[in-house]
Amino acid sequence: MSAAPSNPLTLAYYPGCSQTGTAAEYDRSSRACCAALGVELVDVPDWTCCGSTPAHTVDHFLAGALAARNLLQAELAGHDRVTTPCPSCLAALRTASHHLAEAPAENGAPQDSGPNYRAEVERLLDRPAPLRATAVSVLQVLTEDVGVEAIASAVTRPLTGLRVAPYYGCIMNRPPGLMQFDDPENPTAMDRVLEACGATVVDYPFKTECCGAAFGMPRLDIMQRLSARLLDMAASCGVDAIVVACPLCQMNLDLRRGQVNAFSHSQGGTHHAMPVPYFTQLLGLALGLPESGLGLDKLVLPLGPALTAARAREDERIARTQAELAAKAARKNGTSANGNGSKENTPCA
Amino acid sequence: MQTPVRPLNLAQARDPDFQAAVARDSGQHLASCYQCGNCTAGCSYTPDYDFPVHQVMRLVQLGLKESALSCRSIWLCATCQACTTRCPNNIDVARVMDVLRHMARQAGYAPEPGVKTFTDSFLASVAKHGRVFEVGLAAVFAIKSGKPLQDAGLGLPMLTHGKLSLTPHEPEGNGKAEVAAIFARFDRVAAQKARAHSPGETPGNGKKGGGE
Ligand code: SF4
Ligand code: SF4
Repeated sequence: MSAAPSNPLTLAYYPGCSQTGTAAEYDRSSRACCAALGVELVDVPDWTCCGSTPAHTVDHFLAGALAARNLLQAELAGHDRVTTPCPSCLAALRTASHHLAEAPAENGAPQDSGPNYRAEVERLLDRPAPLRATAVSVLQVLTEDVGVEAIASAVTRPLTGLRVAPYYGCIMNRPPGLMQFDDPENPTAMDRVLEACGATVVDYPFKTECCGAAFGMPRLDIMQRLSARLLDMAASCGVDAIVVACPLCQMNLDLRRGQVNAFSHSQGGTHHAMPVPYFTQLLGLALGLPESGLGLDKLVLPLGPALTAARAREDERIARTQAELAAKAARKNGTSANGNGSKENTPCA
Repeated sequence: MQTPVRPLNLAQARDPDFQAAVARDSGQHLASCYQCGNCTAGCSYTPDYDFPVHQVMRLVQLGLKESALSCRSIWLCATCQACTTRCPNNIDVARVMDVLRHMARQAGYAPEPGVKTFTDSFLASVAKHGRVFEVGLAAVFAIKSGKPLQDAGLGLPMLTHGKLSLTPHEPEGNGKAEVAAIFARFDRVAAQKARAHSPGETPGNGKKGGGE
């Protein structure tokens, strides 16, 4: 379907733990979209957990070593770029490569985290830390390496009429110095991909607001409050779906929806049923990929009704437009028979 | 449910080494914080904090170690990076929160026991399997946290949507053993540090950069 580039884009791929379990559909749909768009993914051999948020909250060198091991595995396999769908993994991997690359601080700077960081990480790794390898998100690869135009031209089944809120989560683009991708306050990469897919993307004000992250287990009340806000805002934007790029956001908004709705009820709020697909699932649909390869059945809140509603609205819109055009044409024929070609129509009568 | 803001007790003992230790471990120039409150304005967790994040910064500036290390806020920070992104003085505020959490842990504080249990259970799962085993983590957390039924309702949707994998997906090669070794070395280093610190009082100044 897609024209294979002469020099196919090949990157190491780091799935991340969630993508082997609760977010298997994110992994599957990311792989399917990359393959369809000519990006070749080679799994990081024998990859292990990146440490995610828990590791860095305990110790920066432990977090560094857990992440660096994976960068090293990629580097030893000949890859300098590792791509991952998960923003938490991305942050862990980029934080490690950033600090490993950091030059020794100037005199007078408060701390020399550079060489010391490498030494401490190597002490835990018990081998040399990686030198070059760093990570980029699948979203970044799709928008920067493949490009939105190429995506648009590969779309065979546009999602016309589907109204979506793009929700990026906190750390896909932040902090900007570390992530070096898109705008930290108003990211648009996912907007552009979804527009290329033919969807109608609303201006969602909570693009980067926190969903409650991993607090679903230790402080459910906080997660409920924060995720409820996101759903209320999406509902007020009148969308069919909230589209996500993070397995933690997806879990809070989808699998934990019952808990969030229960909280909303207790506050006199409303019950929300909108689905929360990954952007790669919608992209896969628009590229005409088989649904079985996109894991749509793994979404707790089904996407089907939203797609059906969008299609029905779209059919209705097309029918209305056609009727209007036909009426206009009929009027035009009626007037142009004795008219003088003036653009100005006679007022409706 | 929301946490009342704790009053700032300026009369408590100040620890002049504390600010230096936080600055060193975070790599941040803490004196450049001028208390504009931008970090707090963007922090979604402020309603649950006992000290809003800009006040945590102030506690550190003033060397109010006891208040800073005993507060809940540092355990509830989700590292969402809003503060770091918006600080006009380019302070990596989230990293400062991280460093305070490290210090609080070492000093034995745990005002949010659930958060500590979750973190410990997560890392124990990684140390054991080389990757996080989600279902195992949920089960361990349910037992250790004393909230066994909180997430019981998630089991059925997970099962029916094929999200419940009952066996861990472990790395195929040496990875599991390598990760276990990283944790073993980390525990050794941490134990050494704890021993070095326990006789003296404060995590001292300028003892870094020794063995390279
Ligand atoms: S945003 Fe920066 S300067 Fe302002 S209060 Fe927070 S840490 Fe201090
Ligand atoms: S990183 Fe922590 S302190 Fe900073 S805004 Fe986010 S939750 Fe608040």
